Amino acid sequence: MVPEATFTSYSGLPVVKASPWKADIPAYMFFGGMAAGSSLLAAGGDLTGRPALRRAGRFTALIGLSATMATLVHDLGRPGRFLNMLRTAKLTSPMSVGTWILSTYGPIAGVAAAAELVDMLPERRVPALFRLVSAVGRPAGFVAALTAPPVAAYTAVLLSDTATPSWHEAYRELPFVFVGSAAAAAGGVGMLAVPPDQAGPARRMAVGGAVLELVAEQRMESSMGITAEPLHQGKAGRWMRASKALTITGALGSLLGGRSRPVAAVSGAALVAGSVCTRFGIFEAGQQSARDPKYTVVPQRERLDRGEPTRYRG
Amino acid sequence: MIGKTSLFGPVNPARDAGYDDPPARKGFFTDTSICIGCKACEVACKEWNEVPDNGFDMLGMSYDNTGSLNANSWRHVAFVEQPARPTAPPVDLGMPTLLHDGVADDGQQTTVAGEDRPDFRWLMSSDVCKHCTHAACLDVCPTGSLFRTEFGTVVVQDDICNGCGYCVPACPYGVIERRERPEAAKNVGIAQKCTLCYDRLGAGMTPACAQACPTQSIQFGDVDELRERAKQRVEALQAGGVTDARLYGADPEDGVGGAGAFFLLLDEPEVYGLPPDPVVTTRDLPHMYQRAVVAAGALLLGAVLSFLERRS
Amino acid sequence: MAEAHPVGFQWVMEAKLRGAKIIHVDPRFTRTSALAHTFVPLRAGTDIAFLGGIINYVLQNELDFREYVVAYTNAASIVSDEYTDPDELDGLFSGFDPETRTYSPESWQYAQQEHEGDTRQDMHEQRETSSAQQFGSHGASVSSALRDDTLQDPNCVYQILKRHFSRYTPEMVEQVCGVSPEAFREVCEAWTQNSGRERTTALCYSVGWTQHSVGAQYIRTAAILQLLLGNIGRTGGGIMALRGHASIQGSTDIPTLFDLLPGYLPMPSASKHPDFQTYVDSIRKPGAKGFWDNSKAYTVNLLKAYWGEKATAENDFCFDYMPKLTGDHGTYRTVLDMIDGKVKGYFLFGQNPAVGSAHGRAQRLGMANLDWLVVRDLVEIESASFWRNSPEIATGEIVPEECRTEVFLFPAASHVEKEGTFTQTQRMLQWREKALDPKGDCRSELWFLYHLGRLLRERLAGSARERDRPLLDLVWDYVPPEHQHEPWGEPSAEKVLMEINGYEIATGRPLSSFTEMKEDGSTLGGCWIYTGVFKDGVNQAARRKPASEQSWVAPEWGWAWPANRRTLYNRASADPDGKPWSERKAYVWWDEAAGEWTGHDVPDFEKTKPPSYRAPDGARGVAALAGDDAFIMNGDGKGALYVPQGLIDGPLPTHYEPVESPFRNALYAQQGNPTRKDYPRPDNPINPSFPDEAEQVAVFPYVFTTSRLTEHHTSGAMSRYLEYLSELQPEMFVEVSPALAQERGLEHMGWCHVITSRSAVEGRVLVTERLIPLRVEGRVVHQVWLPYHWGAGGMVTGDSANDLFGITLDPNVLIQESKVGTCDVRPGRRPTGPALREYIAGYLQRAGLDTGRRTPILTTGTAGSHTDGREADEGAQP
Repeated sequence: MVPEATFTSYSGLPVVKASPWKADIPAYMFFGGMAAGSSLLAAGGDLTGRPALRRAGRFTALIGLSATMATLVHDLGRPGRFLNMLRTAKLTSPMSVGTWILSTYGPIAGVAAAAELVDMLPERRVPALFRLVSAVGRPAGFVAALTAPPVAAYTAVLLSDTATPSWHEAYRELPFVFVGSAAAAAGGVGMLAVPPDQAGPARRMAVGGAVLELVAEQRMESSMGITAEPLHQGKAGRWMRASKALTITGALGSLLGGRSRPVAAVSGAALVAGSVCTRFGIFEAGQQSARDPKYTVVPQRERLDRGEPTRYRG
Repeated sequence: MIGKTSLFGPVNPARDAGYDDPPARKGFFTDTSICIGCKACEVACKEWNEVPDNGFDMLGMSYDNTGSLNANSWRHVAFVEQPARPTAPPVDLGMPTLLHDGVADDGQQTTVAGEDRPDFRWLMSSDVCKHCTHAACLDVCPTGSLFRTEFGTVVVQDDICNGCGYCVPACPYGVIERRERPEAAKNVGIAQKCTLCYDRLGAGMTPACAQACPTQSIQFGDVDELRERAKQRVEALQAGGVTDARLYGADPEDGVGGAGAFFLLLDEPEVYGLPPDPVVTTRDLPHMYQRAVVAAGALLLGAVLSFLERRS
Repeated sequence: MAEAHPVGFQWVMEAKLRGAKIIHVDPRFTRTSALAHTFVPLRAGTDIAFLGGIINYVLQNELDFREYVVAYTNAASIVSDEYTDPDELDGLFSGFDPETRTYSPESWQYAQQEHEGDTRQDMHEQRETSSAQQFGSHGASVSSALRDDTLQDPNCVYQILKRHFSRYTPEMVEQVCGVSPEAFREVCEAWTQNSGRERTTALCYSVGWTQHSVGAQYIRTAAILQLLLGNIGRTGGGIMALRGHASIQGSTDIPTLFDLLPGYLPMPSASKHPDFQTYVDSIRKPGAKGFWDNSKAYTVNLLKAYWGEKATAENDFCFDYMPKLTGDHGTYRTVLDMIDGKVKGYFLFGQNPAVGSAHGRAQRLGMANLDWLVVRDLVEIESASFWRNSPEIATGEIVPEECRTEVFLFPAASHVEKEGTFTQTQRMLQWREKALDPKGDCRSELWFLYHLGRLLRERLAGSARERDRPLLDLVWDYVPPEHQHEPWGEPSAEKVLMEINGYEIATGRPLSSFTEMKEDGSTLGGCWIYTGVFKDGVNQAARRKPASEQSWVAPEWGWAWPANRRTLYNRASADPDGKPWSERKAYVWWDEAAGEWTGHDVPDFEKTKPPSYRAPDGARGVAALAGDDAFIMNGDGKGALYVPQGLIDGPLPTHYEPVESPFRNALYAQQGNPTRKDYPRPDNPINPSFPDEAEQVAVFPYVFTTSRLTEHHTSGAMSRYLEYLSELQPEMFVEVSPALAQERGLEHMGWCHVITSRSAVEGRVLVTERLIPLRVEGRVVHQVWLPYHWGAGGMVTGDSANDLFGITLDPNVLIQESKVGTCDVRPGRRPTGPALREYIAGYLQRAGLDTGRRTPILTTGTAGSHTDGREADEGAQP
């Protein structure tokens, strides 16, 4: 047993403020990741002749995309506020960078999904504009796939670029946890939506994503020091335990019974749920770490006590 | 525009932000050794900036019923009662022998004036936005609502802020906050914090809090000169036997590149609710992006591999 | 001081920055203590014992500033050998009459001085009318006494003082005040080492110090100490009263007190002042030295200011128009008379007695029994809303539907909405411009009183009744032509100030000094001490020259009375020969070459009277003052260590226990101030003290005191109605030490209530080590502290701490003892409704007060019957 760290605070009050964000933000991260992974699957499906995978991927991306916009606008309060973000581009703001990534990826992925819709219509009735959409569907799908990975990765930077102890201290591994989680979610959706004969890449992506997420998360915890504690406590702890269980279950199911449609569906659903839990778990852990002065004060105090205050060195 | 020390290290923030010939950087030196806890700063700030009340809740934290810096309190006076450490631990936990109600005999474990009571202290300190050289709130703001003024201070433009709330967890001091109440107040949903009275500075006036401070605990002026003054003050105090005196936020090489509002404290920063070694989160941002790019690449590669394997 | 006077405290902080040592003596650790070098906690109500101990330390070690003391104080004066000290009389001075509880002061006089002062009958009337207050500035009407400049004569003041204070030893201070000998010694050493030729020490007190049954004597003790150490009349010295409001000094200079006229002229008495000459002679005391000799001129000018050309030498300047005192018309007597139905109407100007005055219940019951009540305030304060929201509604003592008082609430203009002056604690007048017009029907006091007078005069116009003449003959013309176009006719405050300053009637030339006031009626002036504020027709109070552009005394910032003098009695800043005591402390000195007094301040002395001047025999008044009689307002020209005349409770301060005290007086058999003014009525019970039975005393075992928080202003009328102040201290609370919390089972932030024989008030518990139990007379005593800002109105409401106090007054000035009392503290909220009165009745019964029995005031000769407090029965507690 490591003895409880002793530290001083002002009446036990937090030093930093927890973000004012609610469930919108982890949901946003989940949907963004799922959309990004799905665009990749869709493009692959397109290239490798798996139309079901392509179609499912493009639609999932559209659903994810719509959900991200919905959660974002809900968080901001009204749609107009999103536009304020487009008045500038700031590299120092991961949210600004993310806005532009999303603003690039979103319409293209949207077009790809639209093309899929158009292609489902009876051919003779399609107006000229729709035919144009259909024509750019394929390149749009490829461009969407190329712009998708940043959508999955930037949300890690978004969280880490804060003074929230359990987010900031996680910045080295969190992008890997998040892309892993995105891949697992997208793969999981693919396994749910696509017949097993076309879902091979989705299974492999799901398993690979799950493994990456689990490994990266483990490494992350060991590099976070005391700020890893909240990942095991309270609400965050419950989310993270659920995440781990669902992800492992889903990955094993995919590996062992992925070719069976029911097993694939259950495993896929477990991976999607696992990804949701990961996002909420990481989110909550950060919020909890901000509300307890211990996670702000102790690491900083330890630096000072080691005689290593943060100083600029040329 | 991006210089070597734009994210970390000593820099003139106004010049770094693109002002060609900015006026001298302005800031506060808050000398808590002469703070009398009158809270005139809190009230003057609210009066001038039309900041709403923060509710009528007694907190039971000495005389602090404000609690913290927040959207509705841009100055916050902390009160720290530091009880004397008893020279011997109380041993007798049984009922004291009361010979007479309220009057105990000499055997009672009651601390009485002049006995076992070394140096009880009541520390008071008026906290405020630090107006960091490297301000995380400003860095992470996606709309440009938070901006660097010509005076080197950091100010929210209420009409541009979209209430995304990103600045709130970004601040290493827990200063900025989105206003949630009262419902009828202006700027609900908007990030709020000290502006160092930008409107007053523009008119050549002193910020309201410093103007109201009766004891010169809050000193306003050019940061360079204030730093010099602070250095002399802390030296004088230490020479006078106040060995606990120290400066906080006055070093341009510290984790935020030096604060525009810095402090003379009489105890460790965390005693007052301040982070002991704050760092601007964007110091690590290049590294974060680097990791994210690698992760994104890994996702792309992973996707490719997912398909390649089948074909091979 | 930091708590209630944060703006003034900046100078203390500045002094600290320059190396001054700050000592804070207070029952509890406050914001002031936090910034002081040394904090000395003491038991509330024991300050005379504490300061007396320091005086004893000074005298025993001969640390007084001897040259100063011999030259400028009455230390060398010989007192009548009939005088007997409390030292020998168990705490009473000679001349005491147990029947009336007053002194016959004949034996207190200087030796071989023909007694022409007060008699016992006078003392009784003075206590009724608090007219002893006039001596605050008049001094004794004595002329020169026999002297022994060696200070060896056993009957000289110095030796009397030494004997009187000899029992105030450090051990006694520890026993009575609970102050450790180490802390006490530190204070003694710091004070004495920082006094003398080269250094001076200032004493600042907040006016809670006066709110004791021995309040005037608290200040006297401070004065003795500061005189002994040479700290009066010198830069950096003095005794600073930190007044409770912006212009309370102004409201005693031009008073809102029943017993004083402007400039500390006494209110005439119906029995003692049948005519003008008698009145004037009673002030100037023919034959005495000093500036009161001119009091006829001061009075004539005042009467001329009131009645203008109607006031002539032939009709004694309308002296007969003046109302006359017939007894106690003080605020507390008036309130009790209200309860008894003897008062019909009541005006309240910016005062909130329902919350701010002692015995709140009596205040509210009194106000509920009037025909009418006029309240002028910024908001509807509790004194205007008592009929519908006072605690007595819940108890059924006031029924809104039946309350007979008709309340007229007039909205008042705030200080930024009207022009005028504030007079602060240094007697400095500062002019204030109006920043904006008041809103709606809000109006200034000046407007209200002027138009009230105008309307009354209009109603009485044409009356032939004699009694209406004073009103009809008043000069009442304060609205200048340029104001008359204003919709509401605001009087000109400058015109009022000009009348206060005074002018030559024929020419209108403003007087530049009160020495220009004439006795023949050719000048007028409303307040002689303010003459000069309009010198040369310039509003001197409006001057605001920055410190950087004038000397460090800053004579051109505002204007200080008298004659813009910043330090009173500053002749004492130079030695008897007129040379500064030290270069460092040079302030005012005699310039031999120029033949005049000069220096940094306006000399408080006749400008060309040399230090060597000695008055010829038979001289009187100002001419009788010698060149080294620095205390020019006193009848003997000397600072009074010993006061042979004018104080009702004795010529020297003596420690008496507070009226309510869990302890018996360790210094004397006499427990409390024997001459205090009390109101023995069933609605004014006083908690038991010695010589009551110990178990009765133990019903209220703790000491409590009240004061202000920085965040609120007195009764809260100006703070509880503002959100920015209310949020800073939103709830009534009670501060207790951890030990008391444990003893009574009080939880931090839980509820508790404090009980006295008057009422019970509740608040949240604030457990803090800032309250420290003290060891007094070998026992631990807990002190409880309450702020007194809350009431039923405003944004934040709560019980009023002043409801806990009863009414007992200092005999000299009729100020209430409202800074110390005894109480009980219990966890939880107090009972409400009729149960509250039953709850109090239970306490009265246990304390033996239910029968109407009162604690005897005289306790000399009863020492043998004292029972040890430790035998009290705990089971008697509820």
